[in-house]
Amino acid sequence: MTSTQDAERADPYAQQSDYRSGPVFTVTGQDWDSVVSGAAEHDSERVVVNMGPQHPSTHGVLRLILELEGETVTEARCGIGYLHTGIEKNMEYRNWVQGTTFCTRMDYLAPFHYEAAYARGVERLLGIEADIPDKALVMRVLLMELNRISSHLVAIATGGMEIGALTVMTIGFRERELVLDLFELVTGLRMNHAFIRPGGVAQDLPPGALESIREFVKLMKRRLPEYAAFCNANPVFKGRLGGVGHLDLAGCLALGATGPVLRATGYPWDLRRTQPYWGYDSYDFDVVTWDTADSYGRFRIRLEEMWQSLRIVEQSADRLAELEGAPVIVADKKIAWPAQLAVGSDGMGNSLDHIKHIMGESMEALIHHFKLVTEGFRVPAGQAYGTVESPRGELACHVVSDGGTRPYRAHFRDPSFVNLQCTSVMSEGGQVADVIVAVASIDPVMGGVDR
Amino acid sequence: MTAPADDSSERGHSEAERRLHERTRSDDAGTSPDEPETGTTPRGPERDLGVREQMPENTVAPVDPGGGAATFEVVGVREGMFGVDGTGDTSGYGGLRRPVVMPGATQRPFGGWFDEVADQLASGLRQTGTGDVVERVVVDRGEMTVHVRRGHLLATVRQLRDDAALRFEFCSGVSGVHYPGDRGRELHAVYHLLSMTHNRRLRLEVSVPDADPHIPSVVSVYPTADWHERETYDFFGIIFDGHPALTRIMMPDDWPGHPQRKDYPLGGIPVEYKGATIPPPDTRRAYS
Repeated sequence: MTSTQDAERADPYAQQSDYRSGPVFTVTGQDWDSVVSGAAEHDSERVVVNMGPQHPSTHGVLRLILELEGETVTEARCGIGYLHTGIEKNMEYRNWVQGTTFCTRMDYLAPFHYEAAYARGVERLLGIEADIPDKALVMRVLLMELNRISSHLVAIATGGMEIGALTVMTIGFRERELVLDLFELVTGLRMNHAFIRPGGVAQDLPPGALESIREFVKLMKRRLPEYAAFCNANPVFKGRLGGVGHLDLAGCLALGATGPVLRATGYPWDLRRTQPYWGYDSYDFDVVTWDTADSYGRFRIRLEEMWQSLRIVEQSADRLAELEGAPVIVADKKIAWPAQLAVGSDGMGNSLDHIKHIMGESMEALIHHFKLVTEGFRVPAGQAYGTVESPRGELACHVVSDGGTRPYRAHFRDPSFVNLQCTSVMSEGGQVADVIVAVASIDPVMGGVDR
Repeated sequence: MTAPADDSSERGHSEAERRLHERTRSDDAGTSPDEPETGTTPRGPERDLGVREQMPENTVAPVDPGGGAATFEVVGVREGMFGVDGTGDTSGYGGLRRPVVMPGATQRPFGGWFDEVADQLASGLRQTGTGDVVERVVVDRGEMTVHVRRGHLLATVRQLRDDAALRFEFCSGVSGVHYPGDRGRELHAVYHLLSMTHNRRLRLEVSVPDADPHIPSVVSVYPTADWHERETYDFFGIIFDGHPALTRIMMPDDWPGHPQRKDYPLGGIPVEYKGATIPPPDTRRAYS
């Protein structure tokens, strides 16, 4: 349906001044002829196109407002907020441990990194950063690196799909599913894990997990070259991505861009190396950079970072093999969740040993259990900034405590949110089709952007 | 910055300063000229040992931030043991009142590179003829927070970015915090700066009263703050003067109120699950 509406009856709630001039076409498909003929009546090449919020190439619900002069984009603006669910506000009404279950839902492609940033902030507030058991740290690193692989796979897969490389999409999601299987094996869930908690991790590794992880690494080493073979030298791929979405180092710093966007300018800024946390300085891996500052460089960085993540996964699997039976959560009984839950025959999480312990053996254990489950632990007043290197760049959590059992404020510095600001400078002056490539190279996840 | 914006922020600045002056009494224990109007301001000095002694077990005493911090910053008061009003609390602790204290100003030496940054910033600002900018410096948990008066925020961040010895070239973000109990300084804007050159992180905090929520925008220095300031405006109602287009970013344009403020309800409906009705989170019994 195409309709030419005059400003008066277009939107009863809008102010008259919202409309400057020109007809409005509502296009729902199959009606290009009438649009073209309608536009031809007006002797202007200038068109304002509203792309999204529901559009397969916008990575969720991103709205792009493009002002076009023919095929050239003269202005690009982002409209966000369509996926805002008030996660940060909700966290203020739950206790500190429950906060994990909320922030894991922000960026649904990198849930472990959000849990990690939050846990880092809370642990600094609690002053227990040095008390986290080694095994918990190694498990966190392992899960975060697996998560980096799965996130980069989606970035490459959807980015490929958007320029028509459907095979890249199918193989990308095929491999990602294998990573999600590992997550399910370790945490019980494919996403929204709430596994990395203040003090450690929720559970020990299940039996057989390390074997599955090693098999996955072996498989990925065979599969990853496929991506390189498909894309790296593919003339169409290089033609679409090369030189598109250019953003140099000065632009990155001014606009706050981090992650692959920053590293594509050749600047090796990776928090895992520059501000190491959780033992990252003891792992052997390289910070990947590229020197083209364009979409192609960002793609190559993601591809190579998966190799580096595999190296870290291998090393952490080796370490975990030596840490069998070691504790995975801080020893302080006033912080550590008491039970090791297992799924019983009724499908409910339970721990018979723990119930026996609190009901029959130790009154203190019962009190701790009761206090932790109903009230939660208290966190000394103050503020902290927990940072991790997420697949999309610097992810940080600003947590404020007023000394209570709930976060007084938890704010996430989301790399997608910040990097998405670069859309304008990356796509203005280019062609319409390049907007898609530029946005895909930022790899925004709207769940994280809007929170 | 445009003239009227400058004007309003200056006015608020002096107002904030007056308030601050009144509050300094919390540093010398005992006297409290600031009488509470509605009973939400803490009565006693925060270091009153009596308060600590009454504390029930399993609560954390006001944190004593190391590194020479000798003062506390009172931002509110907590009542009862479980944060329940009226008859809900049957524990007998319902009448308990405790101040909510944040780590206060740190005395020198701050330790590490913190002194260096503080000195460099002070001398740089003296050279440019900017007045007394830094309210206080808090070093807590290995992080440095510089509380800045809003009138000179722009000069401060420019100095922080451009001075080669400081070189905080990267603004990580702007976050807001609402302290309704912190009279005259209810709204805080928190800037996290990163110096990639020196590999340091610094936190700037600017406090403004709810009645005059104006802060100069730092977009001219850190373009990345554009969306962050819009977000903070959207959620807290802090108006960043000089921002190129300060509009809502997450909430719809015609949304009333600023959702992340503490007086803004969470909302929600009761949910029935397995025969039981669970009230919405903000009406459940809270254990804060």
